[in-house]
Amino acid sequence: MKKLKWRLLLLLSVMTLVLSGCGEPFISTLIPAGEVADEQFSLMMLSTAIMVIVVAVVTIIFIYVLMKFRRKGSDKIPVQVEGSHKLEIIWTVIPILLLIVLAVPVVASTFNLADTDPMKKALADDKNGGKDPLVVNVRASLYWWEFEYPGYGVITSQDLVLPTDEKVYFNLKASDVKHSFWIPPVGGKIDTNTDNENQFWLKIDSKRAKEAENIFYGKCAELCGPSHALMDFKVKAVSRDEFNSWINKMKNFKAETVAQTASAKQGEQVFKDKGCIGCHAVSPADNRPEQARTAPNLANFADRERVAGILEHNEENIKNWLKDPEKYKPGNTMTGTYSELTEEELQALTDYLQSLSVEK
Amino acid sequence: MSTLARKKGFWPTVWDYLTTVDHKKIAILYLIAGGLFFVIGGIEALLMRIQLAIPENDFVSAGTFNELMTMHGTTMIFLAATPLLFAYMNAVVPLQIGARDVAFPFLNSLGFWLFFFGGVFLNLSWFLGGAPDAGWTAYASVALNSPGHGVDFYILGLQISGIGTLIAGINFIVTIINMRAPGMTYMRMPLFTWTTFVSSSLILFAFPPLTVGIALLMFDRLFGGNFFNPALGGNTIIYEHIFWIFGHPEVYILVLPAFGIFSEIIPTFARKRLFGYTSMVFATVLIGFLGFMVWAHHMFTTGLGPIANAIFAVATMTIGVPTGIKVFNWLFTMWGGSIRFTTPMLYAVGFIPSFVMGGVTGVMLAAAPADYQYHDTYFVVAHFHYVIVGGIVFAILAAAHYWWPKMFGKMLNEALGKITFVLFFIGFHLTFFIQHFLGLMGMPRRVFTFLSGQGFDTGNLISTIGAVLMGVAVVVLLINVVVTSVKGEKVGADPWEDGRSLEWAVASPPPEYNFKQTPLVRGLDPLWIEKMEGKKGLTPAEPLSDIHMPNSSILPFFISLGLFIAAFGLMYHNDYSWGVPVAIIGFIITFGTMFLRSVIDDHGYHIHKEDLLKDDNGGVRA
Repeated sequence: MKKLKWRLLLLLSVMTLVLSGCGEPFISTLIPAGEVADEQFSLMMLSTAIMVIVVAVVTIIFIYVLMKFRRKGSDKIPVQVEGSHKLEIIWTVIPILLLIVLAVPVVASTFNLADTDPMKKALADDKNGGKDPLVVNVRASLYWWEFEYPGYGVITSQDLVLPTDEKVYFNLKASDVKHSFWIPPVGGKIDTNTDNENQFWLKIDSKRAKEAENIFYGKCAELCGPSHALMDFKVKAVSRDEFNSWINKMKNFKAETVAQTASAKQGEQVFKDKGCIGCHAVSPADNRPEQARTAPNLANFADRERVAGILEHNEENIKNWLKDPEKYKPGNTMTGTYSELTEEELQALTDYLQSLSVEK
Repeated sequence: MSTLARKKGFWPTVWDYLTTVDHKKIAILYLIAGGLFFVIGGIEALLMRIQLAIPENDFVSAGTFNELMTMHGTTMIFLAATPLLFAYMNAVVPLQIGARDVAFPFLNSLGFWLFFFGGVFLNLSWFLGGAPDAGWTAYASVALNSPGHGVDFYILGLQISGIGTLIAGINFIVTIINMRAPGMTYMRMPLFTWTTFVSSSLILFAFPPLTVGIALLMFDRLFGGNFFNPALGGNTIIYEHIFWIFGHPEVYILVLPAFGIFSEIIPTFARKRLFGYTSMVFATVLIGFLGFMVWAHHMFTTGLGPIANAIFAVATMTIGVPTGIKVFNWLFTMWGGSIRFTTPMLYAVGFIPSFVMGGVTGVMLAAAPADYQYHDTYFVVAHFHYVIVGGIVFAILAAAHYWWPKMFGKMLNEALGKITFVLFFIGFHLTFFIQHFLGLMGMPRRVFTFLSGQGFDTGNLISTIGAVLMGVAVVVLLINVVVTSVKGEKVGADPWEDGRSLEWAVASPPPEYNFKQTPLVRGLDPLWIEKMEGKKGLTPAEPLSDIHMPNSSILPFFISLGLFIAAFGLMYHNDYSWGVPVAIIGFIITFGTMFLRSVIDDHGYHIHKEDLLKDDNGGVRA
């Protein structure tokens, strides 16, 4: 038994080495960068190890049988064996034992990963309200994500800023159809349902986040419509201090004062005239009910990694997106909600959007 | 109506097939229709793989990709795999149990035509404004949000073909319980008959939930219902439960007959009786039973809570045990045998490692917390294609080569058959093995494109190359079919020479009454027993006498056609004023034909003893 354990351990470590070479650190589940992903990764490795043993045993018997018992011209009739109780018991009992080895950590881990009691306590306490531990409300809508920090009264979209080395708790739901929230290197996914809120927690490890340059890719993992493949978001992993300073800047953000240049001021006017403001808030403190928040909050738009979650963040792409969003995200809900923009308006609007920043 | 095959013209042959109630001809209908849909589903798959060959490709649009993806899954499960397996069940099961036909020949024909019209209806969506695009699962929120009539085609088409499947399942249950020849006890039934029996029982319990689920969806989409509208008290999670209460057993409905097929092929070409027959039967029944206990493993990330997830995780793992028993029994059937590598046997040996890989990833997926990572990624796509292609499609192709001589009287070309196998086997592993890693590296499934720079490029290209190889393999198979039909030589009752079960005791193809005299079954592998005792035929259980046969009927065709017409009316009733009248006309055709069936006495006809004596095709020598 002890020998077996060591062999298993050896197999595990070899596999870990081989598999962890796979993929990019910002998106691969094989390069875990947090406690949840670690736990899931070790279960993946344990189950793979057990299964490699099973496949190996079958393959060895299989190859032996195919080599040894080929028909060699003779008309010999083989002995008609009915079966063997001994053998049949062996291949019933051994798999059961292997499954028990797997089932115990699976059950333990299922309960561990579902433990969200600290969040419930934090939310029940008015003073705390989701500051400690940090609570984030996630709302998924057709092809974009909203992140609300209820403890701070801050709403943002598309880029999720998370402090590292602490458990962060999530409340998740969808506003139109079912989506699924997934940051592969940080932890497994959970669906955002239209009927109820789901809860879970994640914890990012700061050292390994650095290897991914502190940016992780987030994905929608449930078919939701034509642009399901493009419903990406980004996760910025920052230290607790950086997070505190960021969330303070968000809290004190004054949207009215960001437009400084003439062009940006003109853009602000276009933003109002074209009705953008009817859906897109530009202040992190958006007090409207969620049904009214039908488009991503743009308060810190200029700080974001990507335009619309997918395009590289530069002026050219902002203009492209504003000109024809349908081309980049088919089936999105922004297409056709505003009249065509002139070149001048486009430039002004882009300048205005580029001024929406808490970092600059 | 003579028993002797006559040369017929084209239209009389068409009429013959439209009206036939003969299980062997219905088998051919299922094979042709299922084969056609298999090719359509395969083309859809190839188009998707071309789109995904390189990052940010624009070969097809996002919307079209979702249609292709939905129709590929729906077609392959409901319109290709199921009918192709029904083709072999129809062709072989009555023969294996020594029966002259199924219990309800009329229903058998009705089941086929319902399936066929449902399938045609579903595929017409391509030409009538767009195919369904909500995935083969059609989860309620996304299905209700889908514009146009695509999802309505799915809902109505599947209800029609679903009734057909249910009818076929009931027919097999009754046939196997009631129509077995004397001496054919349950524990002497060939494994293919056993798996057909268990799989039909699963159909009986699994298809009603599907019908209910999509009927509720139909009310929501077409008749202003709110079953799945959370704002008005509806609930979409219920739909997920209903769908998977059907959806998971559906996997076993398909894979059990596949196990049955291999349990016939392996003993035949290893010249050895099936190792551990009793445990094989119990494993089959157990898998069928457990198949109903595990549906929520498709919903681990839905948020059912740790208790449900833990229970369903453990329950799912237990299915690995009976499946493992089967794998070892197959291996030990070959152990000590005398293996001949014919084309069907090549598929059988290719199946074992391929299916084991699909099985072990199944156990890995059962580990709920790890599944949070696998769920809805290419890892899952790889897993279920290893099970479905490595298990079911391999079985369908193996059975095509194995029973082709029995169904058509000619052997498929072995050289071409082996080329098909090699191409398909390599193509299959090339396509799907790499997808495990794509999933683990973070690629979600059902994506119409992927951005470069995420490490998915190489894997996807390899996968596409594999898919093309599988496509070439199917083309070679089709060439084989054509070549065989034109040039193939006629074969006798037992063309593989090592046949063990009763179907190899009658002529190829069998006469319409199958057995001149019902055989007496003296043990497992009855033909083998007789052969080993040096006898040339089976022992008859009755004297030669007149045989009662059912009459052909066009009514099943019209019952099904009526529903097909009614479905168009229901679908368009919100758009056009002709919708409701057309629906009514359709239902009148259906129920009117059913009324005719009820009031017209149809006593069938007899094949007389004298004619039987003249006809020396029968399996049992008089």
